[in-house]
Amino acid sequence: MLLNQFLILGAVLFATGVYGVLARRNGVMVLMSIELMLNAVNINLVAFGVQHGVVSGQVFALFVIAVAAAEVGVGLAIVLLLYRNRTSIDVEDFDLMRG
Amino acid sequence: MWMLENAFIIPLIPALSFVVILFLGKRYIGADRVHVIGIGALALVWLLSAIAAFQWTQRVEDPPPDAIVHIEHHGDSHDDGHGDGHDDGHGDGHDDGHGDGHDDGHGDEHAASGGHGDDGHGGGHSSPLIRPVISTFSQWWSNSGVDFAVGTLVDGQTVLLLMVVATISLLVHIYSTEYVKGDRRYVHYYAFLSLFTAAMLFFVMAQNIIQLIVGWELVGVCSFALIGHWWEEKPNTDAALKAFLTNRVGDVGLLVGMIVLWGTFKTFDIDAINTLISADPGAHHFALLIAACCLMAAVASKSGQFPLHTWLPDAMAGPTPVSALIHAATMVVAGVYMIARLYPVFYEGFSIGTSSINLMAFIGGFTALIGAGLAFAQWDIKKVLAYSTVSQLGYMVMALGVGAWTAAIFHLFTHAFFKACLFLGAGSVSHAAHHTFDMRKMGGLKKEMPHTYKTFVISSLALAGVFPFAGFWSKDEILLGSLVGQENGYPLMLIFGCAVALMTAAYMTRVIWYTFHGEFRGHGHPHESPKVMTVPLWILAGMAVLAGAFNLPGPVLEPIGLEGLAHRIQTYAEPSVYLSGLGLSHPDPSLNMALVGLALAITGILVTYLYYWKRIGLHGLTERNRYARNGYTFLENKYYLDHLYNDIVVETVKRPIAKWANNFNQNVLDRAVNTAGETARDTGRWVYKWIDQGAIDGSVNAAARGADSSGESLRAIQSGKVQNYGQLLFGAAAVLAIVFVIVV
Repeated sequence: MLLNQFLILGAVLFATGVYGVLARRNGVMVLMSIELMLNAVNINLVAFGVQHGVVSGQVFALFVIAVAAAEVGVGLAIVLLLYRNRTSIDVEDFDLMRG
Repeated sequence: MWMLENAFIIPLIPALSFVVILFLGKRYIGADRVHVIGIGALALVWLLSAIAAFQWTQRVEDPPPDAIVHIEHHGDSHDDGHGDGHDDGHGDGHDDGHGDGHDDGHGDEHAASGGHGDDGHGGGHSSPLIRPVISTFSQWWSNSGVDFAVGTLVDGQTVLLLMVVATISLLVHIYSTEYVKGDRRYVHYYAFLSLFTAAMLFFVMAQNIIQLIVGWELVGVCSFALIGHWWEEKPNTDAALKAFLTNRVGDVGLLVGMIVLWGTFKTFDIDAINTLISADPGAHHFALLIAACCLMAAVASKSGQFPLHTWLPDAMAGPTPVSALIHAATMVVAGVYMIARLYPVFYEGFSIGTSSINLMAFIGGFTALIGAGLAFAQWDIKKVLAYSTVSQLGYMVMALGVGAWTAAIFHLFTHAFFKACLFLGAGSVSHAAHHTFDMRKMGGLKKEMPHTYKTFVISSLALAGVFPFAGFWSKDEILLGSLVGQENGYPLMLIFGCAVALMTAAYMTRVIWYTFHGEFRGHGHPHESPKVMTVPLWILAGMAVLAGAFNLPGPVLEPIGLEGLAHRIQTYAEPSVYLSGLGLSHPDPSLNMALVGLALAITGILVTYLYYWKRIGLHGLTERNRYARNGYTFLENKYYLDHLYNDIVVETVKRPIAKWANNFNQNVLDRAVNTAGETARDTGRWVYKWIDQGAIDGSVNAAARGADSSGESLRAIQSGKVQNYGQLLFGAAAVLAIVFVIVV
């Protein structure tokens, strides 16, 4: 079982996701990057699950997928509403929380 | 035997047809011509099913060596099979019988086991036990010690259902081209007909109980979609939802029952479960009782058994061909089919062999009775037929409950044809008479619609059980089964059965009177339906006459020298390999029982005939007599079951809780809150004066000044940009991770 390869793939995916979340300005791309991070976690879960011969890794991955689907639904709804109200989905444009 | 091993092709064809119709139909074929694909697919399915059925009969008539099963019983017939001196005379004799071509040692062994089968079961089974054809294609799931495959299990029961589903679905497809012509969702309609057919075919050849559940739910979804086909009208949507939700209630039972089966036998395989029970009946009795009770709930919802039958009459909101296919002939028998498929579970769980009443027989008999009663008080022709379906399904479940396996499946077979014919006939009437199903607006259609009239009468006679139509033979077998039972008779079921036989004949006569005789009470000019609708009617009516011939009792055929054709369904369809260990017995045909059944049907028809045609009898009884009127109202309100569910069950749960909560709120909570409030007010005054103003305020002001100045300096970080926060978060996480790596 080549666990390392899967972990490296997961790490690369996760790092790509982090980069996307922090650096991309398009709100949809940010959401997609979050999906990348979640899937990196999924790869780790399944890889470790298979490594230890337990089913819980896959079960957790399925849960993560389900939760991610719900999350992206909410996220896209927020982006859509932002676009309707402000005609922009550039995350730089929004600083309503500024102190 | 190729078709039996590759039976998966049969459901695959309508599944493909579903995809093609739904995604390509409108664009490439034309929205009004998609039926060509559906009908083509179904014709192919019918052909393949016929081949499968033929190959199965070949397998029973001339079994290949690996198809014969030798099941050992508890000691009683163990000796003679393996005794000495067996291989000399006996083995040779059987080699001839079973053909040649196997190598010597192998051939002898099988011949011996075949011979054993003959000797051991002399009375019960004269033919050897035939193994069903099981093919598995791939492992569906394999993890943590649980595994199951996806595959097919084909035996006589399966091919029988294949033929029924394929025939009726094909005829309904053809009939629908006229009936739903010009519908705005014509494509959707045909797509779902195809999907339903695929799901039902998949269900009947399920190899494990997981596939059984999948098929069960798939047909439920198709039923939901087709009941609500005209969803612009609220009642149709409500009916679809009611059907779906009622079925969900039963599905809980299905899941729990299947889980109990898995927990008991650690396998999902239908063949393994049945074989295990058959090999050791009596073990796991309690687990099987629980499983059987749970599965019975599923049967009650899917097959419209009391008390979950209320969705089936409402389901008549769907297009009539759908009612014929799904809610009369095929889907609603899924529950009956599942009992038959897992019969050892029920036989053992309910102790059918030794009891004289059990849950299944009672539910079936009771449903048959109340369904027949309700059919009298309906004015909607489809609802009469729907309650009749409920009643006949009850008959089948009752037959299974008294151990008359073959009778139940035989009745399923014959009922599918004549009930489909009746529904399509009702559709034809409505199609011709301004889309009404109200019998008060019909009448006198006999002259205008001769073909519909004749086929409707033939099917009604078959349903009523008049000699020599199909229903007579199957109903007779069920009555005989309840009379004789297994070890004991089932007297209560026999009474139910006889009463239902009488009532069935009577309410069908009533329908014929109101629909076809007397004066026309609607408006406009009714006309006969076109050939594309009447030809399917005639085919089904032909089957309503002839279907009984598939399981005629021996004594009927002896005088004409065809006794070899007796009990064909029993010979081919009964999964004797699963039932052999349970000691299922078959009652001998009885002329007296047949005469009683026939007399009941004739009496029912005659009384109703005199009542409506000759105006003899207690007319206006419901106006004159209080009790009769109350009884009629009781029937008209469907035993108040819908009221029970909506008003009483839901209300009793809702109302007392609300009342109690209100009392608790007013008396307990409010008082406590008030007392607490007053105390708090007094305390507060004191505290305000001495502590708040003096001690607290000073420190608060000091703290506020501190917070103000520190906030001013930290304000720079709060840029309001999410990504800056994210950078801080990930930066901090990275620092922490480095710390952990170094420290740990």
